[in-house]
Amino acid sequence: MPPGHVRAPAYLRGKQGVIERPLGAFHNPEQLAYGLVADKKPLYRVRFTMAELWGDAAENPEDTLDAELYDHWLERL
Amino acid sequence: MPHDHPNHSHDHDHGLSPSGHPYRADNDEPLTYWQRMEIAVRELLIEKGRITAAEIANQIEVMDARSPANGAAVVARAWSDPDFKARLLADAGAASREMGFDIGPLNLIAVENTDTTHNLIVCTLCSCYPRNLLGLPPDWYKTREYRSRAVREPRAVLREFGVNLPDSTRIRVHDSTADMRYIILPARPAGTDGMAEPDLARLVTRDAMIGTGLARTP
Repeated sequence: MPPGHVRAPAYLRGKQGVIERPLGAFHNPEQLAYGLVADKKPLYRVRFTMAELWGDAAENPEDTLDAELYDHWLERL
Repeated sequence: MPHDHPNHSHDHDHGLSPSGHPYRADNDEPLTYWQRMEIAVRELLIEKGRITAAEIANQIEVMDARSPANGAAVVARAWSDPDFKARLLADAGAASREMGFDIGPLNLIAVENTDTTHNLIVCTLCSCYPRNLLGLPPDWYKTREYRSRAVREPRAVLREFGVNLPDSTRIRVHDSTADMRYIILPARPAGTDGMAEPDLARLVTRDAMIGTGLARTP
């Protein structure tokens, strides 16, 4: 993880998910946390399967996890 | 008397109280850096006339007055009024304000439990919780154990809360990582046909709105 105030949790890095819904644009907490002028960034709810997150250790592979992630942490696949 | 120990010195463990609990240390330690910072900023704001001590006390009372009963009233309305339920699921903040709850700038999403879906709320990064509607979160919600396990083994966590769900029930965990807060619309229990909203609201527990519980049956 990069240092500092990051609101994309480490356990989701590199994982593949689908956009559950767009949420609109919000002031970037990674700038707000340091008292900087914060740009508005698009925020999405992204849905992951437990199989994608935890592999064979998943309790039930088709259960899901949704998290809010800013656009600059997402990459179109 | 807990401290009436004439026969030993005070530089060792005090063991258990007469009621069988460990003694808890008094909070006599010095203020932390951030506690001093908060007091300094608060006193400066008051000295400079930006805010009054009464306004601060009033805001604390407003927050303390918020309780899970507010959310329970919202849930009971959604169980009773299909149009309200549709508005709640479309925009839970607007629906809560429509009922007269002052939730400030809260961005609220309601997710619905059904026969086939169970939702669970967590904030892995800190302790995000819909405080402006439900009041302060329970202590366990903020623990590292709940925050880490709810995303990795939600079914085990739910079993420990007494909620046993079949494999066929889809569990959807919601990690409150940014600007949204969540409330669960629990499934309406069987045997509640015709019940009035205030009676329905009494079936809605705080845990049912976090997802670690189900609504009570009458």
